[in-house]
This record gives sequence, C-alpha cells and structure tokens, in this order.
Amino acid sequence: METPHVRMRGVTRVYPTETGSLHALGPVDLDLRKGEFFAVVGPSGCGKSTLLEMIAALAPPSEGAVEFEGKPIGASVPDGVGVVFQENACFPWLNVADNITFGLRRQPLAKDEIARRLDYALTLMGLTDFAAAYPAQLSGGMRQRVCIARTLVTQPRLILLDEPFGALDQQTRLLMGDELLNLWRATGATVLLITHALDEAAMLADRVAVMSSRPGRIIEIIETGWPRDRDSRIVSDPAFGAVTGRLWTLLRDQSLNALGPAH
Amino acid sequence: MSRSLPWAPVALIVLLLVLWQGAFLLAGPDALAAPLQTIAYLAQQLTTPEFQQHIAATGTAFLIALLIAIAGGLLIGLMLGLSRTATEVAEPLLLAGNSIPKIALYPIVLLLFGIGLSAKVAFGALHGIIPVAIFTMSACRNIAPVLLKSAAVMRLSRADRIRSILLPAALPDIVTGVRMGFSLTLIGTVLGEMFGSQSGLGYLLMTAIGLQNTQVIMAVTLLLVAFAATVSTALLAYERRLRSRY
Amino acid sequence: MTRPQRIALYQALAVIVPVLLLEAGCRAGIVKPLTMPAPSAMTVGLVQILASGRMNAAILKTLANVAAAFVSSAIVGIAMGAVIHRIAPVRRLLEPLFSTYYAVPIYGFYPLFIVVFGLGDAPQVLIGFMLAVVGVIVSTLNGLDSVPRVLTKTARVWRMSGVQTALQITLPYAAPHLFTGVKLAAAYSFIGVIGAEFIMSQSGLGYEIRFAFDNLDNGVMYPLILLILIVSVGLNMTLDHWDRRLRARRGAGR
Repeated sequence: METPHVRMRGVTRVYPTETGSLHALGPVDLDLRKGEFFAVVGPSGCGKSTLLEMIAALAPPSEGAVEFEGKPIGASVPDGVGVVFQENACFPWLNVADNITFGLRRQPLAKDEIARRLDYALTLMGLTDFAAAYPAQLSGGMRQRVCIARTLVTQPRLILLDEPFGALDQQTRLLMGDELLNLWRATGATVLLITHALDEAAMLADRVAVMSSRPGRIIEIIETGWPRDRDSRIVSDPAFGAVTGRLWTLLRDQSLNALGPAH
Repeated sequence: MSRSLPWAPVALIVLLLVLWQGAFLLAGPDALAAPLQTIAYLAQQLTTPEFQQHIAATGTAFLIALLIAIAGGLLIGLMLGLSRTATEVAEPLLLAGNSIPKIALYPIVLLLFGIGLSAKVAFGALHGIIPVAIFTMSACRNIAPVLLKSAAVMRLSRADRIRSILLPAALPDIVTGVRMGFSLTLIGTVLGEMFGSQSGLGYLLMTAIGLQNTQVIMAVTLLLVAFAATVSTALLAYERRLRSRY
Repeated sequence: MTRPQRIALYQALAVIVPVLLLEAGCRAGIVKPLTMPAPSAMTVGLVQILASGRMNAAILKTLANVAAAFVSSAIVGIAMGAVIHRIAPVRRLLEPLFSTYYAVPIYGFYPLFIVVFGLGDAPQVLIGFMLAVVGVIVSTLNGLDSVPRVLTKTARVWRMSGVQTALQITLPYAAPHLFTGVKLAAAYSFIGVIGAEFIMSQSGLGYEIRFAFDNLDNGVMYPLILLILIVSVGLNMTLDHWDRRLRARRGAGR
C-alpha cells in the first residue's frame, strides 16, 4: 500500500491553564490518501482547526507525530502546502492580481510563468474582470476567491481549508463548493476541508471524518462514494440525504455534549 | 493594546531617575541639577509662602481655563456631533485648528485680554477646548446605530436621548477628550504665564530661564510633570475601567 | 449640488464669514487698529513682506528646522514603534510614559537644551522632535496592533522571516495608521519649532513675531501670524487629503 500523503499518529493537544491543563484534542490517528478530498466535521470547540494547524506547522502537537509525504513536520510550514483561512486574509494594500501573485513573486519564477499562472487562477476563480480591483471593493465571497486563488497559484500538493466559507451565505457557499471541486479536479491536489456545515462536507468530500466533543477524537470516517466528476446538484440525490443524515446521527450527541449539561 | 502592569509606572519612574542621574553625570552641574538635589530643593520651596503663591496663581488660572475648555468643548462637540453634516463640515476645520502653533496667537490674546489672569485663562482654554470638542464629536458619531434606533423605538424625547443614551454611550471617548484637554490646558496656562505675567509657575520658569538658574527650572518642571502625570494616570485608569465595562 | 460639494461649501462659509465679519468690524472701528488690523490689511502686509524678501532668512530657517524635526521624528518614531511592538516587556514599561507624555510641558526642558547644545538650531529642532516622536511611536504601535492574526499566519505559511513579514505584511497593513502618525509629526514639529523660537531664540519666524510684539509692531506681527496660520493649515489639509485617499482605497471593509 502506498504511503499516505498525510499521516498522524497519537496526536494530542493539551493547553496549560490556571488550575492545571486542558486536554483539547486527541489522541488522533489519521491518514489522508494522495489526491483525495477529505473533510472533517465536529462540534464547536472540538479542536478541528487545531488539527489543521498542526499539519500546517502553525501549532505544534503536545504528543504524537505528524508526517507530510513521509517526512515529519518541523517548525516551519512544509513546502507544497497551501492554507486558506476563514477570515479575510486579503492584503488590503494590494489589488487582486498583486494579491494572487504575492507568493509567486517571492519565488524564482520567470515573469511570463507568473502571468500564465495568474491568468489561469483568475479564469478558474472567475476573477478576470476584477484583476485591478482592491479587496475593499469586493464582496466577502469574492475576497475568499482571491485567497483561494492566491493559494492555488503556488501549485500546492496539499490544500488545507479552515472553514473557508464560514462567513458566506448559503447560496454562495454552494457555488463556491462547485469551484472548489473544479479546482481539486484540475490540480489533482489533496484537499483537507475543516467545516461545521454537514451538507458542505457531505457534498464535497470523498471521505468525512466525524469528531467527538472535547477532547476531540475521530469517532468515525464515512465514505461518501461520490464519482470524481460531481457538483452541487448532488444535493438533490437521495444518497446525499442519507450521508447527511448519517453524519447528523453521529454528531447529534456530541453536539449536545458540547453545549453543556443543561441540555 | 497590551495591559499595563502595576509595576510598570514604578519601574518607569526608577528608569527615568537613573537616566536623569546619568545625564547629570555626563552634562555636569552647569546644565542640569541632580535628581536628589532637585527633589530636596522642591520640597524646601514648597514650604515657602512665595512659592505657594505662585502655585496658587497657576492653579486658579488653570482651574478656570479647564472648566471653560471642558464645558465649551462638550457643548461644541455635542452640538456638532448630533448632526452628520455638521460633523463632516467641522471635523477637518477643528483638526486644522488643532495643528496651528497656538503660541503664534498669543500676542493676539494679550492684545485682546490685556496682561493678567484673563489672558492666561484664555490661552489655557484655547489649548484645551479643541481636543475636548473633537473627541466629544467623534464619540457621538461612533455610537452604535442600534442604540439610537432602540432609543427611537422607546420613543425617548430628544433631551432624554442625549441624557440616557448618547452621553453614557459616549462617556469613555469623552473622558479621553477631557484627559487630552487637561494636559493641553495645563501647558497652555503655563505658556501663557511665561509672557506678560508677574506671577505663577510659568513666570517663575521664564525668569529662571533668563537667569539660567537650572535648579529652579528643574524644580518647577519636575513639579509640573509630577502633577500632570499623576492626574493624567488617574484619568487613564478611570477611562480603562469605563471601557472594560463597555 | 452633490453632498461633498455642499460640505465643501459650508466649510468655505465657516471660514469666510468670520473673516468678513472681522473685516467689517475693523472698518467700522469696532475693533481698534491697535488691537488688530483688518484681514485685508494683514494680507497686503504679508504680500509686501514676502515681496521685500526681508523675512526670507527667518522663513527658510524655520522651515528647515521644521523639516529636520519632522523627518527625524517620523523615521525614528516608526523604527522605535516597530521595535517596541516586538518586545512586550519594554512596551509595558513605556506605556505609562506614552499615555502621559503630552501632559508634560516639553518647553520646560528648552533651557537645558540651550545649555547642552548651545544657541544654534539644535535646541529648536530637538523640541520639535520631542513633541512629534511620541505621537509617531503610538500611531505605529496602534497600527501594528490592528494587523489581523490571519495575515501573520499567512506570512508563516509562506515561510517569511521576521524582517520580511514586517516589511511586506505588517507595515503595509498598518500604513494608514503610520500616515496618521506622520500627519501628527508634521503638526507637532511645526508647533514645537515655532514655540521654541518664540520663547527664546535669536532667529526664525517665532522669534520675529515675538520681536514685533515686543516693539508693538502690528504691521509685521499680524502678517507673520497670518503666514503661520496659512502654512500650518495648508500643510495639515494637504496631508489630510492624502490620508483620506489612502483610506478610501482600503475602504470600509478593513
């Protein structure tokens, strides 16, 4: 069997507090296959974002090992990893084109190669007409597209998405989901999506991990079985309802736990 | 903004005293008086009736000027802040007025008010009134619209809206304005005493400058700095307590 | 008439009407010429003084000192702000100083500067610098505080060094705040230099005003005061205009 693209073994996260320590996450064992679309859902506060930050070397695990392409993750973000955050991470002082090429201009790349990748990303994300606009002139959805395009042009082999559509309205989310699927198919990258939206995970992912309330552990991984060539119209498929229903059944008790004993 | 810790002011005072002593050792007694010597001299001066009269003169002028600056600044700020158009018209003008070197206007103040208490008061108030007005005005503009909408839904009268919604909501920013106004009014009053005045700490400072009497210069400056820093710190603490509740 | 045009009209009226009233008051003899000459007479006097060139040396001296205080305070202030922002204990130590700094009568230190630096330009420049620099430092700290964590995380994703992050992410993000500091520095440099010249110096515009005042020479004093008003307000409005353009491009979205 080929080595997993990302491999986590016995990973935990413990925060020191005034009265002792808070066990926030784990232990988690997780393998991501190369080229798959993997989603993680869980109740709020279960540490799913922390999981992502550990793979991106933005937060160190308290115990356990994280590997990317067979190599342990050190103190700095590994080459070939792109991250899209929930918050608007556009640089307000740069226009859309300069925002997208920011990372490229830091690499030894020829000008025409940068221009080619920029064109490709603008087209794929539907931003061609806005290349000269500044982020302040764009809607929230458009800004998030700029951030995705900015990650995309660096041609990452692993794309980490931390609730990228959390601040968007439902219709925009569905359409952005389609664009994400296009991008995933076009680049062949492995995608890890952290989300609290069950339908989003059920629609986009090949596999969905369900996490428990704190300390977050993976309680089950569900195979959706969708064809690679899929889009948001899948929500009308009865099978989609079945997957979403299964996810909610698993999550309901955990979410009640996360809300507290009064419920 | 990082939290300020209780030890910070003490450590800062110690640091400044050390720097002062270092500067004294470097520059020599012709340029500076040593910290301990200055404090001792100030303590001794504080007991003399002559020095106390100067303090009383400055204090009287400063208090009147501060009252005028705060009352006038609040009134102007509230009147302008209640209307969006008035705020947009007035803001750049007030900011430009704040950037004028007011000392250049002092001859006019003297010609208008004549030498004496009223000129000092006018010059002190001139320094303090604009910052109080600017902060009050922007405080009114920055109130969350939902609060004003709630007031409208509760059918409060205009006066009630100002008293029970506008002023309490704007209070932290107004306190900031008063703090700025306090500092600038003090500086303005002392500056006003430096010219065309026969009493007060500013007068004392100016005569000492003429005589190059470093001991008096440093004692008066130390007294002013200590007073200004103490009141300003107290106002800042009050402001932080207000903001932590908002 | 659009709204911005109407605002500009009101602003013009707010300046012109009082000036016209003053002019009328002076001509009607309500304001005595010994107290204040009419605005038109001040303007004529200013034109004559500028045409005669007899104040050129004083004007140049003041402007050069203001420029020196302004440039040094802007550079030192931004650099110190960036350094202090990175070292939390130093910041906590200095924060009380920053918050009470403008309550300190800086002019009180002026005689010491004269004793230490002599009667040249250095004491005036130093007063301007001292008034200006803390405003720049505080604006820089506020600007760096406003940088969202997601942008510094993004810098880490690109494996940028500390210096790269500062130059390419945090400082550009904080630019509008930094510009506010620079605007303050311009005003304070001017206030400091003019004030120092006025109190005790042998040259510069502030000195000339003081000299004219001591000699009851209203024909020189008022035109020079007018000149200072024009320069300080003009400088402030120019910088304010750039400030607004910079902020408009960033929009309300930030």
